[in-house]
Amino acid sequence: MIDLVVKSCGPMTALQDRGRIGYQGFGVSPSGAMDRRALAMANALVGNTPDMAAIEFVNLGGAFTAEGGDLRLAVAGAGTSASIDGTPVPPLTAFMLREGQTLDVGHPRTGTFAYLAVAGGLIIEPQLGSLSFHLRSRLGGLKGAPLQAGNRLPCRPEVQAGEPMQLTVDIVEETGPLRVMLGPQDDYFTPDSIRLFLDSEFTISPQADRMGFQLTGPKLEHAKGFNIVSDGIVDGHIQVPGSGQPIVLMRDRQTAGGYPKIATVISADLARFAQMRSGTQVRFKAVERDEAVAAARQLKDWIASLPSKLTPVRFDLTTEHLLSRNLIGGTVDALSSASHE
Amino acid sequence: MPTPKILPCGDSALTVEFGSTIDPALNAMVLALDEIVRSRAPAGLIETVPTYRSLTIQFDPAVTDYDALVRLLDEETRDLAPRHAVGRRWRVPVVYGGAYGSDLEEVAEIHGLTPNQVIEIHSSAVYRIYMIGFLPGFTYLGGLDKRIATSRRVHPRAKIPAGTIMIGGEQAGIAPMDMPSGWHNLGLTPVRPYAPERDPVFLFAAGDEIVFEPVDASRWEAMEKAVLAGEPVAEEVRP
Repeated sequence: MIDLVVKSCGPMTALQDRGRIGYQGFGVSPSGAMDRRALAMANALVGNTPDMAAIEFVNLGGAFTAEGGDLRLAVAGAGTSASIDGTPVPPLTAFMLREGQTLDVGHPRTGTFAYLAVAGGLIIEPQLGSLSFHLRSRLGGLKGAPLQAGNRLPCRPEVQAGEPMQLTVDIVEETGPLRVMLGPQDDYFTPDSIRLFLDSEFTISPQADRMGFQLTGPKLEHAKGFNIVSDGIVDGHIQVPGSGQPIVLMRDRQTAGGYPKIATVISADLARFAQMRSGTQVRFKAVERDEAVAAARQLKDWIASLPSKLTPVRFDLTTEHLLSRNLIGGTVDALSSASHE
Repeated sequence: MPTPKILPCGDSALTVEFGSTIDPALNAMVLALDEIVRSRAPAGLIETVPTYRSLTIQFDPAVTDYDALVRLLDEETRDLAPRHAVGRRWRVPVVYGGAYGSDLEEVAEIHGLTPNQVIEIHSSAVYRIYMIGFLPGFTYLGGLDKRIATSRRVHPRAKIPAGTIMIGGEQAGIAPMDMPSGWHNLGLTPVRPYAPERDPVFLFAAGDEIVFEPVDASRWEAMEKAVLAGEPVAEEVRP
């Protein structure tokens, strides 16, 4: 047995996968990785399927060691850097953590969420079909808990050997307004409010976490009150309580809620939004279903194509050498624009 | 019944809305459609979320043909028969008042009743689970007798214990875990509607019925022991 041992980490560092599917009817939040693209990239680098559980970092990094053998690992998301015993690992490149070495994952520099994946995933029993940690349900992660120093995460010895790969992604980042589809309760708002919502700049407030991002901006007036009998909620719903200040609901959201929802962020733009920090200014643009579905398909295809974008790492290449050959320059650009508006 | 509305919820979900109020007739339609959608399992279906008055359907937009899904829903809602038939009725033992239900006396006072009358009224109703939400296993119960309907507390509590039997407005509920609440605590049950390590994890489902059985505090310890041993303690009874 090989363990990935947590030496230190931030308080919300926890396991996340695709999320917990099939229990929302019982009040269980889906939770899951805030940035599916970064999770998929970390997983692809170590040969995992895109949605396998990885360690999600929230704002802060962490330190890890391998005990009982060597581990093949990869880090992705939010401009996160990694180093082994002080030597930097090139971005989007899988690496071996030898027994006795210390891996330092830096804090995300250009966003909030980053992922550390292990070849073959972790040998931990899922709860309700998922390893995704959900604070309020006390589910997933390590028996309902986030990671903390001293935790030992058992890994699969048989898949750790293998050629470390690097990923060259050519994603063209959307940098424009966040795309939304109006509804389900846009009729609860005055036409002026809808215009205001689509024409104004909103700022992500410090109250932004895995449950939702509170925005501040012009007050959105309701046309017929702000209480509705609770109905179902999905990721990206933009609910507007009595304050008139919208909240974008994210992966740890409740399953039902009683405020009108003016619009819904399209699924393809959710990861980009998740990586925007407090203080970031955002605008919204209404799109039709066709555009939203096309974007969702494009994202799905992009995730499916990641394994084809892997190339073996030549061990004699240093970070500087890789940079000079511009192998990862595009990657770095794509990643940093991923988290900037 | 008017034709239900289909509300867009982004590219990956829609909500079929039967109405805008808390109404057992609407809820019966929601549960009927839920059963149909789950059994028809259209391509790309991820999951369904029944609530008081609407059914939210989540799907994979890269797989699901949205227009075909809407056609299926139009077809199925045209002559939809409400699901009134209740699969299960549960009897849930409750120790009322005192340290078990700290708001019992206050609720009695508000309505000019004795605590025993409140217990009598609360435990003689048959409650229907309209939906499960807010927290894992939290049951929103309809069927509270209007004589004890009590508007929510002015100062919500940051934490009430798991198993709290509570009322808020015209609704009733059972706390599945320690939780914040602005409702009034009438009593406590050792029954756990949600236990991640138990099979089944969730005891109750939307559409089930609940009746409360007042029991003496002297039985608490034995009941709690049984719950800790993994027994449901809530008993399935015949309607």
